[in-house]
Amino acid sequence: MPSENPLLQYPHRHYGMDHHRYPWQMLHQRPQVQWPDGNKVALWVNISLQFFPLAQTDKTFQVPGGMRMPYPDLRHFSLRDYGNRVGIFRVLKVLDRYGIRPTVAMSAEVATRYPSLCQRIVERGDEIIAHGLNMDALHHSGVDEALESERVRVTCETLREATGQPITGWLSPGKSQSFRTPDLLAQNGIRYMCDWVNDDMPYSVDTAHGPLVALPLSTELEDTFVLLNNQHSEQSYAEQVQDACGFLLREAETKGGRLLALSIHPWLMGQPHRIKKLDEMLAHITGQPGIWSASASDIIAHAGV
Amino acid sequence: MKADPQFYDYWAYDNRPRIRWPNNARVALWVAPNFEFYEFDPPTNPQRTPWKRPNPDIAGYGIRDYGNRVGALRQMELLDKFGIRASVSLSAALCDHHPEIIEMCRERNYELFSHGVYNTRYNYTLNEAEERQMLKDSIEVILEKGGQNCSGYLAPALSHSEHTLDLFAEVSTEIFGDEVPLYSCDLFHDDQPTPLKTRSGRKMVSVPYSLELNDTIAFVVNKAEPRRYGQMIRDAFDVLYAEGAESGTVMCIPTHNYQVSCPHRIAAFEEALAYITSHDDVWLATGREIADHFIQHHYDEAQASIEAGLAGGK
Repeated sequence: MPSENPLLQYPHRHYGMDHHRYPWQMLHQRPQVQWPDGNKVALWVNISLQFFPLAQTDKTFQVPGGMRMPYPDLRHFSLRDYGNRVGIFRVLKVLDRYGIRPTVAMSAEVATRYPSLCQRIVERGDEIIAHGLNMDALHHSGVDEALESERVRVTCETLREATGQPITGWLSPGKSQSFRTPDLLAQNGIRYMCDWVNDDMPYSVDTAHGPLVALPLSTELEDTFVLLNNQHSEQSYAEQVQDACGFLLREAETKGGRLLALSIHPWLMGQPHRIKKLDEMLAHITGQPGIWSASASDIIAHAGV
Repeated sequence: MKADPQFYDYWAYDNRPRIRWPNNARVALWVAPNFEFYEFDPPTNPQRTPWKRPNPDIAGYGIRDYGNRVGALRQMELLDKFGIRASVSLSAALCDHHPEIIEMCRERNYELFSHGVYNTRYNYTLNEAEERQMLKDSIEVILEKGGQNCSGYLAPALSHSEHTLDLFAEVSTEIFGDEVPLYSCDLFHDDQPTPLKTRSGRKMVSVPYSLELNDTIAFVVNKAEPRRYGQMIRDAFDVLYAEGAESGTVMCIPTHNYQVSCPHRIAAFEEALAYITSHDDVWLATGREIADHFIQHHYDEAQASIEAGLAGGK
């Protein structure tokens, strides 16, 4: 008699994935991607401009960069705010030096609290990605549907109004989703999301409101993950990114175009003791032949997803 | 509960009978990649929650799915380059979900051994009949879909009961009789194979599986930098190669397709494998081959040496 213990029941044990968001397919089974001008690796730099409310309420999981001391956690609030005041300008200066056009993932509340910062980004012509209402308005299965739906709607509307851009990209706070998040995104005019890290290249996702593109923004190479979570040095961070770039350039020789996605937080990399490493790292990367610096939308347009 | 798992007796590393590997190799090297399936919406075990965040934890699920979509082929092609046949620690349900990966393993003549059904299902709180059912399921799937009579076992997510090793030996014997050389990778007490005690008396050995060189332990738990991980592998090899001149040693590199196959890590791993395989006296083996050789040639004298040691001799 087989056990009826729920720990030994496998209702989704069958061919393919155990959910319905995308079909099972390995990267090498998909058509090879050709980037413009014969380039090998698309360099996507995403800058996150985030607002972390001092009174953080959702403690379902530790939000990367979130408040962690007893209220009022002035230490972390102001350290994060440093990115929006100081760090961002330092980071942009470095990117401009190497001709890198970033995309900017923005909390809707950055646009409403710091309209001049938002305008600076708009005037530069950088593509803006919706990054949720703020870093405490999370998306996970403990959030009820009406609230999550409202969060997506208000985020998109606020950013569209503040920027004049169509806002078609989405990055959830903490890259967290509920079972329904992709459906809500598609319903609100989002065309691509950056939360899933299960691939090195963009691919198509199914939702109740039509297809979305998943554009993976690597967590393993994210500045906060390497420097804060792993406690690696700035030197090691630069080496890791350079090793990844070197490997992807080699892999692209036989497997088609590849994507190097870098997630940068101005409150971290914009600090005076770190900015030089960012500068050196990007000098190294952009100094190699075969690198194509592009916005998220340009990358998707050329990836044929 | 016991103070000692009672699977093996104390056996000092020096003065053991000499182990001789094929062709007088000093080190038996085996690479043991975990090919796993983690579930999107698994049930919660009362003693351990599969994901840190509420289901669906797309952060944790996503990177593990990356291992199958991207990392698996990448690691296989790297091992091909060095003529290494992997010993795959397999979530048996991967045979159902992703048979293409199993086919790629079979083309390469990899060993497939049991790593449970899913790596989001733990042995905690299961009774003996239930743990036996899970083990039988995994071994039967590996036979049916992988075409192999499973020789080794690594408990899923290293979740054990007091009788995990006994049950593996009993289930294997029920299915295959005594034809399979049995080994466990769940114990980290030695750099050479050691005899294990099972309650049925079925012969089984522990084949060294270095937890410290396991990429997930190195990268996630100990937070090693990728290049440092490569250096750790080389340093371990140097010691085991030197000591292997006296008596054969075992070096295991346990990996995961979602860890070491990431673009920022694989170059350092490749350099380490190039370094190891540039040495002459290395036996590129599988877990089963190591277990089989030890059982055939060294088990009895090892057992005698252990008993002499316990009796106060040398």
